[in-house]
Parts: sequence; C-alpha cells; structure tokens
Amino acid sequence: MAENKRILVCAGTGCASSGAHKLIDALKVELKKQGLEETVSIVGTGCQGFCEKGPTLVIEPEDILYTSVTPEDVAEIVATDIMKGERVERLLLVDQVTQKPVSTLSEIRFFAKQHRIVLKNCGVIDPQKIEEYTARDGYAGLQKVLKEMSPEEVLEEVKKSGLRGRGGAGFPTGLKWGFCRQTPSDKKYIICNADEGDPGAFMDRSVLEGDPHSVIEGMLIGAYAMGVDEGYVYCRAEYPLAIKHLEIAIRQAEEAGYLGNNILNSGFNFKLRVFAGAGAFVCGEETALMASIEGKRGMPRVRPPFPAVSGLWGKPTNINNVETWSNIPHILRNGAEWYAQFGTEKSKGTKIFALTGKVNNTGLVEVPMGTTLREIIFDIGDGIQNGKAFKAVQIGGPSGGCLPESMLDLEVDYDTLTKAGAMVGSGGLVIMDETTCMVDIARFFLNFSTKESCGKCTPCREGTKRMYEILDRITKGKGKAEDLDTLENLALTIKATSLCGLGQFAPSPILATLKYFRHEFEAHIFDHKCPAHACSALLSYTIDAEKCKGCGMCAKNCPATCITGEKKKPYVIKEEDCIKCGTCIEKCKFDAITRA
Amino acid sequence: MEWYNLTIDGCEVRVPKGTTVLEACRMNDIQIPTLCQDKELTPSGACRLCVVEIEGMRNLPPSCVTQVAQGMVVQTQNTKVRAARKVILELLVANHPLDCMTCQKMGNCSLAEYAYEYGATGEIYKGEKRDLPIDSGNPFILRDPNKCISCGKCIKACTEIQGRSILDFSFRGFDTQVGPAFNLPYNESDCVFCGSCVSVCPVGALTEKKMVGMGRSWEVSKVQTTCPFCGTGCNFDLNVKDGKVIGVTSNPDSPVNGKALCVKGRFGMDMIYSPTRLTTPLIRKDGVLVPAEWDEAIALVAAKFGQIKKESGPNAIAALSSAHCTNEENYLMQKFMRAVIGTNNVDHCART
Ligand SMILES: Cc1cc2nc3c(=O)[nH]c(=O)nc-3n(C[C@H](O)[C@H](O)[C@H](O)COP(=O)(O)O)c2cc1C
Ligand code: SF4
Ligand code: SF4
Repeated sequence: MAENKRILVCAGTGCASSGAHKLIDALKVELKKQGLEETVSIVGTGCQGFCEKGPTLVIEPEDILYTSVTPEDVAEIVATDIMKGERVERLLLVDQVTQKPVSTLSEIRFFAKQHRIVLKNCGVIDPQKIEEYTARDGYAGLQKVLKEMSPEEVLEEVKKSGLRGRGGAGFPTGLKWGFCRQTPSDKKYIICNADEGDPGAFMDRSVLEGDPHSVIEGMLIGAYAMGVDEGYVYCRAEYPLAIKHLEIAIRQAEEAGYLGNNILNSGFNFKLRVFAGAGAFVCGEETALMASIEGKRGMPRVRPPFPAVSGLWGKPTNINNVETWSNIPHILRNGAEWYAQFGTEKSKGTKIFALTGKVNNTGLVEVPMGTTLREIIFDIGDGIQNGKAFKAVQIGGPSGGCLPESMLDLEVDYDTLTKAGAMVGSGGLVIMDETTCMVDIARFFLNFSTKESCGKCTPCREGTKRMYEILDRITKGKGKAEDLDTLENLALTIKATSLCGLGQFAPSPILATLKYFRHEFEAHIFDHKCPAHACSALLSYTIDAEKCKGCGMCAKNCPATCITGEKKKPYVIKEEDCIKCGTCIEKCKFDAITRA
Repeated sequence: MEWYNLTIDGCEVRVPKGTTVLEACRMNDIQIPTLCQDKELTPSGACRLCVVEIEGMRNLPPSCVTQVAQGMVVQTQNTKVRAARKVILELLVANHPLDCMTCQKMGNCSLAEYAYEYGATGEIYKGEKRDLPIDSGNPFILRDPNKCISCGKCIKACTEIQGRSILDFSFRGFDTQVGPAFNLPYNESDCVFCGSCVSVCPVGALTEKKMVGMGRSWEVSKVQTTCPFCGTGCNFDLNVKDGKVIGVTSNPDSPVNGKALCVKGRFGMDMIYSPTRLTTPLIRKDGVLVPAEWDEAIALVAAKFGQIKKESGPNAIAALSSAHCTNEENYLMQKFMRAVIGTNNVDHCART
C-alpha cells in the first residue's frame, strides 16, 4: 500500500514559519517507527501556494492535500493514509460552497482552475536537488538552444511567444532582449530582478525558493540570445531562503556544467552571482537596482540612456523579473506557439497572483492571462470570508488601484487593468469586504509610497507626503470641502511629473478610489461618516435606553470615563470626551450600545 | 553638424542634434525655470520644475534631460505646464522656513524668484515641516537643512568638480536630507571647505557664513578679479559693499575655474583687512625687523647678492620660488638666476 508514496511537505517561507520543519522531523521519526523509511520518501518542497492553510503536505501519487498539519497529526496520517490508503478527514480542506471535505488537488477549487507553468515544479520538487529539476525536463530548453538554435532564432522564439515582462510594466521581453543584443560592446550583463518589494506579493520568492533552476535556465537562454557572459540575481536580503536555494542551485549547475565556461561543450560561457539587496522598495526600479549593485545609493536616474544601451557599470544590460526569466525555459522547451495559446491577444501566457485579504483561500494563484477577477476571487479564492459582501479588489499594490464589484468580469491582462485604472504590477490581489474603508486603504498605500520614495524628485518626495496628510485628515473627520479637488490635482501632477515609476504610480490608489468610490470620500468629508464603520474617529457610540439595564459595566471600563449614569437606570455617553476605543461595546452584555 | 527643426511655443527653431530641449529654449530666449540644473554639472532631472509638454510623449518630460528630435513640438508655457510647475513650487514652499526677511539668500534665491513668478505661497499644501538642527560648527559654511530643496547640486559639485564625494542624500521620502556621511556637521567630515557646494546652492541652505548680515545682494557690487593666492589664475567676484570687501562668490563665467575655488580663494579674502598683513618690505636691523622703502630693500638685496657672488661664486646662490607666483613671475625668476646671477640653482615648491 505504502509503496512509491511520496510525502511532499511544503517548506517555503510561509509554511516553514508555521512549523514545517518540525513536521518533517516528526514524519521521519514516524516512518522509521513503522519501518517505512525505505518505501516512503519525504520531500521538503518550495511553496505549494496555499500559505493560508499551512503547513500543508501532499501525498503522491494520489495527490491528497492535508492542511494545517501539526506534528501531533503525523501518527494518524501515516497509519491511516500511508498504510491503509484511507483519508484523515479532519485534515482535509472543506469546500466553502458544498461544505464537504475535498481530498485530491484536482477537486480543490483553489488548484483546479489554475494553470501552472511557472509554478509547475514549485511544491512538487526538492529545490535543493538539481536532479529533481532535470527529471522534470529541466535544462532541456538550454540543451535544445545550445545544440539546435542560433541566438537570433532564440530571440525570434521569445518575440513570437508574446511574453511580456512580469515585473510590472509588461514590456515585451523579446523586444527588450533585441535592444540589448543590438548594442555593440565587449561586455554586457543580464540581471534578474528579485527585489520584490510590493507589500503582499511573494511569487518571486516562491519561485526562487521552490524552483531556482528554472530562473537560472531562463537566464542562461537569455544570455546566449543576447551574447552575454555574466549575470546577477538581485535578491532582497529579506529572502534568506531564496538566496540559500539560489546559491545551492548555482553551485550544482556549475558542477553539472550548465554554468561556467564552455557550457555543454558549446563554447558558450556564463557566470552568475547573487547580490543581496539593500532593503529599499525603490531598489526594484531598474536604474536604482544597478546603482545599488555598483555600491551607490539606490536612486533611480533618468532614462534614456536605457539599460540596454548603458546599464550596469555603463555596459549594455538587460533586466528581467524572476517570473519573466522563469517562463523562458518553458517557451524554448515547448515552442512559442504552445505558449501563445494561453492568454489574451496582447498578453500571452499565465500570470501568478498573490491572493490575500478577506477571501477564503489565500495564496499563490497562477492563471492564464484573461481570467476574470470573478473566477480568481470566487472560484479559486472560494469567495469572501464569513459570508460577507465583496467590496473591492486592490490590484498591483501601491502602484495599482482598487476596482469595484462592477469590474469583476474584467478579463485580467496588462491592458484591461491599466485602462481600468489599476495595474498588473507585481500581481498582488488584496480582496476587501464591506468592512473595509476605501479612504483608509488609499491612505495605507500612500503611507507606503511616502516612506519608500527615494527623495530625489520633488513631486514624489514632497507630494506623496501631502497626499497622505490629506487622506489622513479625511479619515479623521477633518477633511475640507476643497480636499478632493486638491487631492486630485496633486495626484495628477505627481503622476505626470515624477521621475520614476514609484512617483508616477503612487497616486494610482487615490485616483482609482476617487473614480470608483468617490461617495465614500464625500461621506467622510461632508457627513462625517465612515460608511464601512472602519475609521474610528468618525464613529459615534450611543446607548440604547430601552436595552440598557443600568449595570454600569460600560462606565466601569471606559478609559476616558465619559459614561455616566445611575445604577438600574440607562447610562449615557458624553460624545465630546469619547475616544472611540470601543471598550464599552465589548463590555455590554445586553447589546445596548451601537456604533455608527 | 546635423541640425534639427522643432517648434517651441509655435515658433520654428533650428538647433544642433544632441541639444536638450532646455538648451534649445535658452538659445532662443525662452525662459524655463530650473532648480537642479547647472551647466558645470551632469544633469539629474530631479527638481522637475523644467517640465514641458511635448507632442506624443506621455506625461510632462523635464526639458533639461530630454534631447531634441526632428519635428518635435514643444509647449513651454501652456496652462497644463504652468499648473504643474506651480504645484511643484507650492510643494517646495510648503516645506520651507519662509524666514526670507533674515535669510542671507534674499534677492538671490531661485526658489523665491520662481515662487514670485508663479504665485506659490505654500498655503495649499500646508502640513508638517522639517525642524532640523542648523550646522554652524565651522567658520566658513552655514548650513540650514530646513531650507534645502534636495536639488542635489551640492552633491554633484563635491563629487564631479572637486572629486571629494563628501556629500550625499540620506534617509528617504519626506525625511530625505543632504549632507556629509552620517549627517555629521561639516567640520567633523572630511570636507576641505572649498565651498563649491555653496556656489551652486539655489536657496539659502548653504551660505557663506562670514557674509551673513554683512549686506543684501542688491547692496553689493561684484568685482571680478583674479585670485592672488596662487598661480592657477582662478577668477571670482569680490563682493563689495560701501567700498569694503565683504566676501567672495563664484563667477560662473570664470574661464579657468568656472564656479570652483579652493578654501583660500573663497574664504581667505578677509586677509585684505588683516592687521598683521605685510604692507612694506622689512629689513632686519640690529636683530629687529624694521619697515623699509622698496628702493632701499632692493638695493640691499642687490648688494648682498653681488657680494656673495664675488666671494663664493654664483653657485653659492639658489632660488626657491612659490606657487603663490604666476607662471610669468616664475619664468622671470629662473631667467634672473641664470642670466643675471649665473647659476642653475632654481627650484619651486610645487615641483615634487
Ligand atoms: C519603484 C519600483 C519598484 C520596482 N520593483 C520591482 C521589483 O521588485 N521586481 C521587479 O521585477 N521589477 C520591479 N520594478 C520594475 C523594474 O524597474 C523593471 O521594469 C523590471 O524588473 C523589468 O523586468 P520585466 O521586463 O521582466 O518586467 C519596479 C519598478 C519601480 C518603478
Ligand atoms: S519618483 Fe520618487 S522614487 Fe522615483 S526618483 Fe522621484 S523621488 Fe525617487
Ligand atoms: S544644500 Fe542646496 S545645493 Fe545642496 S541639495 Fe540642498 S538646496 Fe541643493
């Protein structure tokens, strides 16, 4: 029964922090105890994508997913599933629609609607073993390229695939490679941008942790196409596991002859090194990133010259995002036509989104471009938590925008999102329900941009701060009638005059919320009300005299001592002194206090 | 040379390829406000005040770093452009001390000049303002970081002209500051006080400390002169008020040095009024230095040289000249030694 079984335990950063390593140890001990250590293998994989329910494990070959597994569950899993082939029901996922447990990956909505190309190996192979990568066609793309194709042919193939950069702007990858290839120079570089600074996005980390060789192979193919012999992976220092796996993978690839001199006897040389980032969001901007590698302060510079003409150390340089590079081996292995069948007319292939917020299933989701928001949120994400109503989805992090329910049937790709006032960006999808205040959300993202602005250009350095101040005062009920015009004018000016993408897109969360949720701003400013009841300064607490039993619990616990009354008679809250902490509501046993 | 035709504010102009839009405007007497641009420094495109509208371009590109192209159509003064510039100025003014009444830079401040032109009061974006300590720990440069507009020119002057790289940005966003490493005061950094940073600062963030309170810019007349300290021949402007030199400022048109100077030239001119300054030759008589007339002093030197040469031969005399002297003076010195004294014993303090 137990023969040929593999237990894939997710050991990505998310599950590792919720106890995956202890789980692996417990499994080893239990399998040994049952004499199964030879027949059943345990694999610590990269992210399986279902971080919300971690630690997760999958039992192959049946593909059974167990979630929120603890070391205490191990004996039962081994006895029931591994040895008897039966399911441990209490650890299975419950489908939110049918309310029934589901066991196999293909039955689980979260996985069933995904189409995994980049994440194909993530959560399935041991990322620290190159042989697991090669066993699943790893480095086949490189072999094919070096044996059968000229650099021009590789470039053509990438152009034909329609792949666009996954780092945010969606620039056609083949076109960019062509610019770098064209620039004559004795030395050129390629860089993998793994700075991933958008709050909420973690697909690049997962790819590097779970399938580092796919990025290396992509870079090798790119280097061959562009005539480059040296590359860097600029990875944020906050990703130690990704850096570790990448370094192991580079060493193994060197030993296997995929990296170094005369790769696979083709005469092609390529050296790759990892550079740990300097801890600023703006270092993800390509010119700031290169300055950072050169040892300077990570600050963007004006383009042109573009990196393809003058990049790292003044040499022609091509920068692509982790996910972009990771797509390349698949394109070369299976052909451009195969790749181009996925996606929409102008956005080909798949995109990984990081689904978070008030949705039942959170985690990494890879879907073909053109999938609707509704499918992502309600099928894959299994709808809104606690049966609440959907309100908005924030796409693209601090450079993106919030889209309302009326946009749920939008087919997500680069162009539709930009047109709608959001952005694919790095692919963060934060789902909000009726309890989220849209002004507050805009304020949250502005706070991020304000802190991360590099300070070089005036509109971004000074302007983001002022936008934040205006939003802050609106959420505190101190908004002025003219604030919306001031805000909009400032936002449009910052967008039009900032030097780099950070400043140009920092106003997006405001512009999109002003477009779709203007009434919420107005309610704050003119009615002094927060429709979502989220902005504490705008709430007012009242005691319903009918329901109040005069127990005095509220008054006893009020830190501002603004509740007065006599025992057995209705108590009253003195509005002016109330600090809106909500303690009284929590303490009242008779539901007599309302917040509005 | 290849020439491009373009239209600026409706006028056809012709400029060489490689010209920036800003240069093209200036060649044609079209005024564009700039705060971070300086012809001696590499462009950074940071202040964004020089934005213009260019047909077919997304956003409002900064003219200082946008190169002209054939057939380009540029608008430098339309409502959209002027409104954007006004917003940028409003933002800068909103975070500025506005103590112009006592600011040394008054009358010579680019921010004030443009704020006046565009009517930026700083009211509309009123909010938090910086409150940073003033760096006055050295005798030469007064640094008020609250007035800094982060244009980055001082950083570039220090790095690109002086090659010292003492200054850079620190912190991020609204907290961005410009100064020496670790925000040390100037006197604790490796600064050599050449004052190049002061010469490029468009506002009152960096000023000549000794000139503070000594005169308003409109009371001062500028007298271009050559620095007497050494033979390089740097030019600068003596700032003269009521017949008295109150300080030195760079003259950007100086052919030798541009705005660059060294600490002696820029900050050492108070030696003019030094009570210990030598104003006549001194002759030691009975062990005491006594003021003398030039004729007497020269006659004495000539007599002594003649005597030494006669008694011990010309090679008993040597001359060491100084970097204080000009090339011409140095030439004359060696000529005198070889032709008049008859020796090759000549040397110069800057030889090694
Ligand atoms: C403020 C800012 C932050 C960025 N951060 C990232 C990042 O973390 N990762 C990334 O791949 N691209 C980032 N980018 C985009 C890069 O500048 C660049 O366009 C991208 O790496 C190009 O790769 P691609 O063509 O594969 O998308 C950022 C851009 C800006 C303006
Ligand atoms: S837009 Fe912001 S982050 Fe970009 S250069 Fe300007 S100040 Fe720096
Ligand atoms: S000190 Fe002056 S020159 Fe330096 S950045 Fe500030 S404003 Fe610019």
